[in-house]
Amino acid sequence: MKSLEEIVEILKNNLPDVVLEAHSEIKFEPFILIPSDKIDKVCLFLRDNPELYFDSLVNLSAVDDFNGQKIKDEQGNEIMTGGTMSVYYHLESIKFRHKLLLKVTTERDDPIVNSVVTVWNSANWHEREAFDLFGIKFNNHPDLRRILMPYDWEFGHPLRKDYQNPEFYQGMKVPY
Amino acid sequence: MIYDFFYNLTGSVIISGTVVALLPLFAFILPFALFAVLLERKVAGHMQDRLGPMRVGYHGILQTVADIIKLIQKEDIIAKDNDKLFFNIAPVLTFAGSYAAFAVIPFSSIFLGADIDLGIFYVIAVTGLVVAGILMAGWASNNKYSLLGAMRSAAQIVSYEIPTILIVLSIVMLTGTMSLYDLSENQTAYFWNWNIFGGPNLDIQKFLLIPFMLIGFIIIYISTLAEVNRTPFDIPEAESELVSGYHTEYSGMKFAMFFLAEYANMFAVSAILVILFFGGYQSPLGYLGNTLNIPWLIPIEQFFWFIFKGIFFVFVQMWLRWTLPRLRVDQLMTASWKYLIPIAFVNLLIIGVISLI
Amino acid sequence: MSVRTEEMVLNMGPQHPSTHGVLRLELTLDGEIITKVVPHIGYLHRCFEKHCEVMTYPQIIPYTDRMDYLAAMGNEFGYVIAVEKLLGIQVPERVEYIRVIMAELQRIASHLVAIGTYGADIGAFTPFLYCFRDRERILNLFEITCGARLLYNYIWIGGLSHDLHPDFIRLTKEFIREFKPNLKELNNLLTFNKIFIDRTANVGILPLETAINFGITGPMLRASGLKWDLRKDDTYSVYNKFDFNIPVGDGRMGTVGDSWDRYFVRVLEMEESLKIIEQAIEQIPDGDVTAAIPKRIKPPVGHIYSRVENPRGELGYFIISDGSTSPFRVKVRAPSFVNLQIMDELCRGHLVADVIAILGSVDIVLGEVDR
Repeated sequence: MKSLEEIVEILKNNLPDVVLEAHSEIKFEPFILIPSDKIDKVCLFLRDNPELYFDSLVNLSAVDDFNGQKIKDEQGNEIMTGGTMSVYYHLESIKFRHKLLLKVTTERDDPIVNSVVTVWNSANWHEREAFDLFGIKFNNHPDLRRILMPYDWEFGHPLRKDYQNPEFYQGMKVPY
Repeated sequence: MIYDFFYNLTGSVIISGTVVALLPLFAFILPFALFAVLLERKVAGHMQDRLGPMRVGYHGILQTVADIIKLIQKEDIIAKDNDKLFFNIAPVLTFAGSYAAFAVIPFSSIFLGADIDLGIFYVIAVTGLVVAGILMAGWASNNKYSLLGAMRSAAQIVSYEIPTILIVLSIVMLTGTMSLYDLSENQTAYFWNWNIFGGPNLDIQKFLLIPFMLIGFIIIYISTLAEVNRTPFDIPEAESELVSGYHTEYSGMKFAMFFLAEYANMFAVSAILVILFFGGYQSPLGYLGNTLNIPWLIPIEQFFWFIFKGIFFVFVQMWLRWTLPRLRVDQLMTASWKYLIPIAFVNLLIIGVISLI
Repeated sequence: MSVRTEEMVLNMGPQHPSTHGVLRLELTLDGEIITKVVPHIGYLHRCFEKHCEVMTYPQIIPYTDRMDYLAAMGNEFGYVIAVEKLLGIQVPERVEYIRVIMAELQRIASHLVAIGTYGADIGAFTPFLYCFRDRERILNLFEITCGARLLYNYIWIGGLSHDLHPDFIRLTKEFIREFKPNLKELNNLLTFNKIFIDRTANVGILPLETAINFGITGPMLRASGLKWDLRKDDTYSVYNKFDFNIPVGDGRMGTVGDSWDRYFVRVLEMEESLKIIEQAIEQIPDGDVTAAIPKRIKPPVGHIYSRVENPRGELGYFIISDGSTSPFRVKVRAPSFVNLQIMDELCRGHLVADVIAILGSVDIVLGEVDR
């Protein structure tokens, strides 16, 4: 079992070019904030380091932080520009029984995060889901398609907080 | 013979031939198919801790009649891309193949469509039509599941025909006849004269034959089970893999014909087994007609025994179906080519040697 | 002369008897050999996560029922534990015991469906009905407890909707007594059937390394040989008070991690669940089950990831609270969703018939995959 401080220490010593921020002020779960273009590198290190050995990605969840500027579009609907989106990675080491939460923030208007599919295969569908529902693009993802929504859904990404339902989809009325 | 009876009655070859041909169909196969479907559902129900059909008639005895009425009323769906000609011929061919076998099956010593010398040979040849029908259905449906089912079916039936024929050959070799009527007549009187117990001759040969006859019977039972596509060999129509295999695209009466053919086939192979090994229509315990000196009772008793034995083996088929899981295609082929055929062949040789003693 | 061959694409589903719901598998076949499997999901997508953002915390509980509809108690359990952690509530001892009893009964019911439908997939239809007969009795127990048979809304934040029915303990004991011989019968009929073993042993072998990398959890992971059960390894509720084993796959009929192991681990888990229920019934304390239910549910700002061992694997809820009465974001880590990814890896090189055997042993519930 390694504590968060120890893990941060190991990371700082081995990956000096990655800017890390450890946050433990938010309730319940402390996390490490990592730049979105370094996440795959950090994850690969975390998996392969014999002291840490995070061999399992338990969960990957995207969040629309909804902290930009609210403006009205031409139809009068409230939409948002600016702000951030986050991706949370819950890691676990089955061997050492320790857990870690990583967080990545990216621009809400053009969210791009490096994919970790090469590190853990379990990230594959989680990242597809994040792309489908939030529109986060994952660099180097082998198969970035929609997963839960229809493949020809062209009305945006439903879990964004300012998402508007379309009137019609394929000639069918959407709001019932 | 029943043909002579009608010939004497009407004096016309055509009329008596037609009557004799249609008699088993109307008197037996159609009612039997209705009964067998109900039996299957009841057997399944009771084996699975439930009751089966209970609503139509007393304990659901009219259920199949209601089903047939429903099937007749159904729309006969033919998809745009089906090969219309073959799609329509296939169920007829399948049904004809399994029905034609009944022409030579002796239900009792007088109820026999045609006593031809090559009876068993004819049965094996004519049931081969079923393969053609299934293959046609699968191809004409223009459906991938149907095609896979049909290909599996053809491979399966052709492979399992070989052990069947090898065992039939050993019986034919032993008895020296291919006529189903003669085969049944040979195993007369009591059950120890049946072929499964070494035939009617009481000598050393009979006792030597018993174990090999048993082996032969088990092999032919397994392979006929495979030939009629019943579980554990129902791979062509495996509903959990191929939806329903070759008859996925069929509806209404055409589907009913496949269904009817399946049950007719079940009885046909059971009848062949009974004739080859279990004395055909012969009673196991002697005839009441002989004891009471009423000659006309004997054919009725024979008919009863034949149906009884046939339905018993149909029941065993159902029993297996509701007990066993399904084999995989390659395991099915392995079972036939690696086990059944060599054993059947060795069995044939041994029976041949014994018959020389 | 060379014969031109081409690969055939076979769409299995969304309407197919063995895909256990509306799953579409796009199989690329070379003859009958699988060269590629692409699962297409989303036919049952009901926007659970979007719903959560406009519902209050207690209102979400009925929606969680509808994810893994075969193990609704487990879903409620996981969600309620997560919210209780956010709120910092201690629930009475009796509530915890009843929750454990319900979750374990639900595990048995869910595994019975898994085993029964697996048998039906392989072609043995009779065990399927035997399993459903026994499951029916568990559903009856749930019915007398909370009135519902499938989607319960029974476990509430801080408590339960009802106390146990006075007859519940007696009927549960009766059920356990009568279920044990049925389990033996099932083993004789299906588990150790030669054809069943031939169909499942050495089919779809999942090595442990691959399983962990793909995030596989639950009986599938245990069948690959890892003793990993959240009830023991990341214990929650009162599971640490019970004595039970974690069955793992040992490759008895073939290789460790084959379909037969995945099947058999579920059978053994039912026995272990029976043990837990027996102990819980003996030890259950008295108390008021609705005492700790908070009047106003408004968790502080923060986020939590909380997980439970559902019949299909690790069910995790990631809840972000912004301090209001409804969550800012709920992400469900559904075990079937993650486990289904492995299909391509497992099926390659097998026959079409094996896809069914493998899919059945993965044991997915589409309600949970699509949410």
